[in-house]
Amino acid sequence: MAERQLLSGNEAVALGALHAACARGTGYPGTPSTEILENYDAIGGHAEWAPNEKVAAEVALGVAFAGARAMVTMKHVGLNVASDVLFTAAYSGVQGALVFVVADDPGLASSQDEQDTRRYGMAAGVPVIEPADSQESYDYIRLAFTVSARWKMPVILRMTTRVSHTTAIVQPADVIESPITPHFVRDIPGRVMIPGHARIKHKALRAKLAEIQAWCETEGPNVLYPGSSGVGIVSSGVASMHAREACPDAALLKLGMTYPLPFKLILDFLHGQSSRYVIEENDPVLVEQIRAAGGDVPWNPEPYRMGELTVDRVRRLLKGDATPEATPPKGRSPRLCHACPHGYVFDILKKHDCIVSGDIGCYTLAALPPLAAMDSQICMGASIGIGLGLRHVLPESEARRVVSVIGDSTFIHSGLTGVAEMVFNPPPTGHVLIVLDNLTTAMTGQQEHPATGRRLDHTPTTRIMIEDVVRAMGIKNVTVLDPVRQTAELEATLLAALKTNELTVIVGRQPCLLAAGRIRSYEQKG
Amino acid sequence: MKTEQPINIRIAGLGGMGILKSSHILAKVLFRAGYDVKLAEVHGMSQRGGSVTSDIRFGKKILSPMIPNAEVDFLLILAPEEIELHRPSLRPGGILLNALAFDTVALPNRKSLNIALLGTLSGYLDIPIESWQLTILDSFPQKLHAINVESFTTGRNLAQGGAR
Repeated sequence: MAERQLLSGNEAVALGALHAACARGTGYPGTPSTEILENYDAIGGHAEWAPNEKVAAEVALGVAFAGARAMVTMKHVGLNVASDVLFTAAYSGVQGALVFVVADDPGLASSQDEQDTRRYGMAAGVPVIEPADSQESYDYIRLAFTVSARWKMPVILRMTTRVSHTTAIVQPADVIESPITPHFVRDIPGRVMIPGHARIKHKALRAKLAEIQAWCETEGPNVLYPGSSGVGIVSSGVASMHAREACPDAALLKLGMTYPLPFKLILDFLHGQSSRYVIEENDPVLVEQIRAAGGDVPWNPEPYRMGELTVDRVRRLLKGDATPEATPPKGRSPRLCHACPHGYVFDILKKHDCIVSGDIGCYTLAALPPLAAMDSQICMGASIGIGLGLRHVLPESEARRVVSVIGDSTFIHSGLTGVAEMVFNPPPTGHVLIVLDNLTTAMTGQQEHPATGRRLDHTPTTRIMIEDVVRAMGIKNVTVLDPVRQTAELEATLLAALKTNELTVIVGRQPCLLAAGRIRSYEQKG
Repeated sequence: MKTEQPINIRIAGLGGMGILKSSHILAKVLFRAGYDVKLAEVHGMSQRGGSVTSDIRFGKKILSPMIPNAEVDFLLILAPEEIELHRPSLRPGGILLNALAFDTVALPNRKSLNIALLGTLSGYLDIPIESWQLTILDSFPQKLHAINVESFTTGRNLAQGGAR
């Protein structure tokens, strides 16, 4: 018998993927999903960081087109980036298997929104499987690969913070799957999604989903906990755990597949209850669909769709308490490390009252007091486009103060096209872009990226030099400076650039304080 | 220990204080003792000196990973300035173990305060001391064994002295 272990949900996904004969795991770091690939690599899987989630998904799709199994991991907003792949891969299907492991962040522990990945399943026509704890994370990644392989289509495994980052007991299975030998089988109508081919695939997709729905009714990963009080609850994910604790006498139908839904199972369950509830985190995805199918479940009061659920919030919900909830007292906010290189740059930007179009990374913390030196942050790479938009229309005196600030990993992720826009449609006053290059993907835990020169496992590879790329794209004024040791020069270069009507890129390069030691040891080894 | 209802332990402080490390050691000890265990942590920004909290629940069967309001049985606080923030989460009769108890006691290294507090907690739980020691040795490289075992023992002696 395989040994029981304490694993986080992320570790359990990694182990389950390995046991499911996954050939390659790809992804981009994003809390709370990041540890999946790190663990997968540590236990012997082939894991890679891609420049962004779209490329990661494309690589995984290629693996699946070759007849092998792939998983691509990301946080919820990462699926926005990969969604172009998701929608068309639902039509093309796969020959092997492909699982999108997407980790949502209800309550926004570290994200720019709390969007609900289950809606992507509905929109794209892709099954969604939701584990509620570490054991299910292990079991359901394996199930996701099985469903994907059986119906030859992508599947979404939807995690949330409290599943990914909760450590609990896992009993791995004894049987693990044998490796699959990839082989290319030509299928032009199946993989070239021109309209004539795609029309046929759309019909085929709906037929597959109907089959999966029928399978889900009788063989799906749904669990019925009998009750004694006449209260019936439909739930999924970790919210089902809170519900079981809050209301131990209720009957509870825990859905493991939340798209397509087993409507017959759900309606039969609800029919036998004297009062009915749906307990779900974030969007009312289950409530909407169940009501549309004729189920008599109430809407939950609006405040409960925001923030993560807890046992206490579920107790309130079940009592019908829609009064304002007490705001929990705030702990100490995160901040830039003392002497972080980013601080030097933001001090300069603040001193000169720059309008800072910012981006996503540790440097986003500069938006908080006492620095309060970042004016916008929307999505990966937006710093450049938003800065240009501001410059195009603001009166000249204001336009000249606009600076875009982006990190090194974010630059490779989605900044290249922003620089293309910079040279293609330059504003009349020009523009200034500062790339904060701390030689790592810092906020998510110091991962590698294409401009560090090392792969996920820290082995050497080609290093993309940011300043070379930017010059090659047509920017003439490019300077690389150390923000810590060349602060005065950086300030002078910035001020001079703001006065001209030219395009300037300043690369401020100094290793992240937390990563510096390890970077040195990798460089010595390489 | 009566574990029909979960026993709830919360460890709190600031990033960099070893909260996650001590939480994982605690979870492992409880797992090896045969209990169902869940450890809930939120991290990613904790390295940047912000508030860090982890919930460890153990018993016969644990459902929610997060401790409900006012149901914390043992509250371990590594940063004294965070005490008032977390005090309301304590159950009536729940026990507060805080870093202040070690101001007058010599610790080999202030960085092992997290392990010392585990030592104090161990005095309240019915788990053989060998299990704690084995797990601590498993969790640190050789060169840190002595320091951490000593800190653990110092903390455990405080519990047996009836400290609050």
